[in-house]
Amino acid sequence: MASAAKEAGNEQEAVESVVVRFAGDSGDGMQLTGGQFTLSTALAGNDLATFPDFPAEIRAPQGTLFGVSAFQINFGSRAIHTAGDQPDVLVAMNPAALKVNVDSLKPGGLIIADSGEFGKRNLDKAKYETNPLEDGSLAKWQLLAFDISALTLEAVKPFGLGNKEALRSKNMWTLGLALWMFDRDRQPIVDWLNSKFAKKPEIAEANIAALNAGHAYGETAELSGPVKQAALPAAPADPGLYRTVNGAEALSLGLVAGAQMADLPMFFGGYPITPASAILHHLSRLKEYGVTTFQAEDEIAAIASAIGASYAGTLGVTSSSGPGIALKGEAMGLAIMTELPLVIVNSQRGGPSTGLPTKTEQSDLYQAVYGRNGDAPMPVISARSPSDAFECAIEAVRIATQYMTPVMLLTDGYIANAAEPWLVPDMGDYTEFPVEHMTQAQEDGFKPYGRDEKLARPWVKPGTPELMHRIGGIEKGVDTGHIDYGSENHQEMTNIRRDKVLGVADSIGDQEVELGVAGGKLALIGWGSTYGPIHQAVNRCREKDMDVSHIHLRYIWPMPKNLGDLLKSYDHVIVPEMNTGQLKTVLRDQYLVDAKPLNKVSGQPFTIAEIETAIAEALS
Amino acid sequence: MNEITKIETTLKDWETDQEVRWCPGCGDYAILKAVQRTMPMIGGSPANTVFVSGIGCSSRFPYYMETYGFHTIHGRAPAVATGVKLANPELDVWIITGDGDALSIGGNHTMHVLRRNLNCQIMLFNNEIYGLTKGQYSPTSREGTNSPSTPYGSVDHPASPCAFALGSGARFVARGIDINKNLPDVLMAAHAHQGAAFIEIFQNCIVYNKDVFEDFAAKKTAAATQLWLANGEPMLFEKGEKGIALDQDTMALKVVDVVDGDWEAAGVLRHEVTNRSLAHMLVELQFGEFPMPLGVIYDDPKPTFESAVVAQNEAIAANKKPDLQALVSKGQTWTVTEDGPDL
Repeated sequence: MASAAKEAGNEQEAVESVVVRFAGDSGDGMQLTGGQFTLSTALAGNDLATFPDFPAEIRAPQGTLFGVSAFQINFGSRAIHTAGDQPDVLVAMNPAALKVNVDSLKPGGLIIADSGEFGKRNLDKAKYETNPLEDGSLAKWQLLAFDISALTLEAVKPFGLGNKEALRSKNMWTLGLALWMFDRDRQPIVDWLNSKFAKKPEIAEANIAALNAGHAYGETAELSGPVKQAALPAAPADPGLYRTVNGAEALSLGLVAGAQMADLPMFFGGYPITPASAILHHLSRLKEYGVTTFQAEDEIAAIASAIGASYAGTLGVTSSSGPGIALKGEAMGLAIMTELPLVIVNSQRGGPSTGLPTKTEQSDLYQAVYGRNGDAPMPVISARSPSDAFECAIEAVRIATQYMTPVMLLTDGYIANAAEPWLVPDMGDYTEFPVEHMTQAQEDGFKPYGRDEKLARPWVKPGTPELMHRIGGIEKGVDTGHIDYGSENHQEMTNIRRDKVLGVADSIGDQEVELGVAGGKLALIGWGSTYGPIHQAVNRCREKDMDVSHIHLRYIWPMPKNLGDLLKSYDHVIVPEMNTGQLKTVLRDQYLVDAKPLNKVSGQPFTIAEIETAIAEALS
Repeated sequence: MNEITKIETTLKDWETDQEVRWCPGCGDYAILKAVQRTMPMIGGSPANTVFVSGIGCSSRFPYYMETYGFHTIHGRAPAVATGVKLANPELDVWIITGDGDALSIGGNHTMHVLRRNLNCQIMLFNNEIYGLTKGQYSPTSREGTNSPSTPYGSVDHPASPCAFALGSGARFVARGIDINKNLPDVLMAAHAHQGAAFIEIFQNCIVYNKDVFEDFAAKKTAAATQLWLANGEPMLFEKGEKGIALDQDTMALKVVDVVDGDWEAAGVLRHEVTNRSLAHMLVELQFGEFPMPLGVIYDDPKPTFESAVVAQNEAIAANKKPDLQALVSKGQTWTVTEDGPDL
């Protein structure tokens, strides 16, 4: 998007969106800088999308290539759907950050580098033989190098901090410069610093001084050339109250909202794992909403306790990432067999095994749909963006409680960490779905495995008089729920479990076309966090009169009833996924359509350009 | 257990209509009857009682109790029970497990449910063998156990369930024998304890490990081989002619002869259920050199996990008014009007 805007003209006024990447050592506070810049950008009314990209190491050795942490933000005066392909501006706090990130910078883009960090030692660590700031190797970009470290030290001198402590404010100096570049208000950041360091006012003051110094440095004309103020006008947006939200928080709020709509207390069993832990952190602060959180001894105990809580009549929820989800597999089967409601959140990351804990991937679709022993059907839904995670969490609770089934909700590391502006929902707009536990036997006697019209069995809380019964993982007798190894019974129960889950499709409506029309030459069908790049790529191609449409799936299993016919209405179908072709295989299996894969598993999201290229090739 | 109104029931009220499917002569039958006899004595309510089990022969137990019951997956009963109890602390939760279930596949959960002190009863049926999978040696099998998976004898050292429990932080540890008439007394004491109550029950697997406990379980020799513990009472056995004393030199327990019933002169110790050091020594006693300590070894309650969770939940929630609309609207917000952002 930024590139499209730049193509339109070089005048700053013509710029509709800009991509900025802050990169530094993992100890340089780049995620914090990015987060605060995001806030100021949102407050300026720009639409935005962000992409935090950080190493798995908590504190990688200083100055190393693998210790580089980056935060990218794309913001503009029109709708933003991705964090942007190529940065227009790269802020590099040391040689390693420059080396890792500079190749993705747009030709002609701007590099701001802290020359104070480009000494021999750091150059060696970044494997530079000569100083790139001086050897001309950065000629195709615009370069602004100045000693941010020294300028920061100078700015915070009056506060008497030690050298190490003082240099920590470098990120605020840089943020100050960035705020000046884009004409942002400093006050929200000042307020935030004052509250963050309320107990250490001297640190707050030093940081504010650094922030102001960075801002002043831009303002007092010591800079000439490329850095000019670029105040982007606000993006058009639907009227209403907005805030920024990341996926982990939106999902947590959605779970709370869903539990309230089901009129149930919530029990959350979790075990720390990247990038899922943030959900446990959020929910553990929401006790007043009837939320009990339990940090279990392992992933299995996390889901097992959630199943126990559901059995006792509350809403059981558990959450993890790929390796932890694998550990929960057997317990998911138990929840399927005992037909208890349960929400399982999978914040996907690069795999297999430990894989790439902090990088994003969509490679757990097979695991979600098929990854259990026996015929073990389970509804699977997926969030496309941070704000969509809120809606999906509510939907997961609805399906789980209405159909008495575990539900898997897929999100990923990108959605969990990325922030976007969120039109705050009016909670009065939602239809509640209160749960009624069974308190009296059915008319013809108590049947723990009797069925309603949706094939859901009754939910009886232990403690209910006269309805004592036993459940477990052994095959259940139809209606009675007693142990039953009978061959006909197993066939019938297997069919019931399948039909119940397939029946969820009755409650989800038809699949709609996100952009474009039903029928035509080409459809791109995606799921999850690839929404942004697919949408933008299709949008651009349609502006060039290409016959291409975008379909985006929320319901991975069961799929909407019209999906097969919809896909067959196009000559070609492409499935862009951050895996080796998992949804593609399921679509082929379900509908015998010739879906073609477009895959990427580099730990980075698709760029818009990559998808545009695929569209162009398919239509040529 | 919980402070609940006592309910009048009989043994029959606790029996289900399900056919019991253990091998004829299995020690589990005796334990089932002991539990069904105990429940009326403690005045339990079938509707308020939940039996949670893992996998193994013992774990079929819930199907035979006319209560709420959950036959879960291998080793995970303590985790499921934790969710049940946190969701509804009013329920009386019993965990039924075995030596493989609790100490092999589920060792982690056993440790943590004890450490956290969830208010529940944990009955570990120890038969020193894997029965349901047809006789492999278990984590409590003695060295040299011949089994289908150890045809030349097992070479690894067995775990001691009570020592494991105590080491994990259990505040109640007891032992019983399947066919012993004292078992209901042990169960009642466990139920009376507020917190996780761990009971190891020696259970005779007549098919795969027949009479493995006969050395101390046999009635004929019981006087010499069983040390029944009672709080405040001297630790005597062999009709009071022998007792347990402390060897001051080695700081270990020893067997002493008691002459003319003068156990004090012999230095016999009184059992103190709140003495954790004594409990540690008792669970480590090697049978043979010593009789088998039975009954309540340790009983010293402390606050339970679920009461602490509930107390914190309530304290945090006390001064906050839940408002979902306010919650989703939190943080720094801005308003967009028809004319654009209102900043």
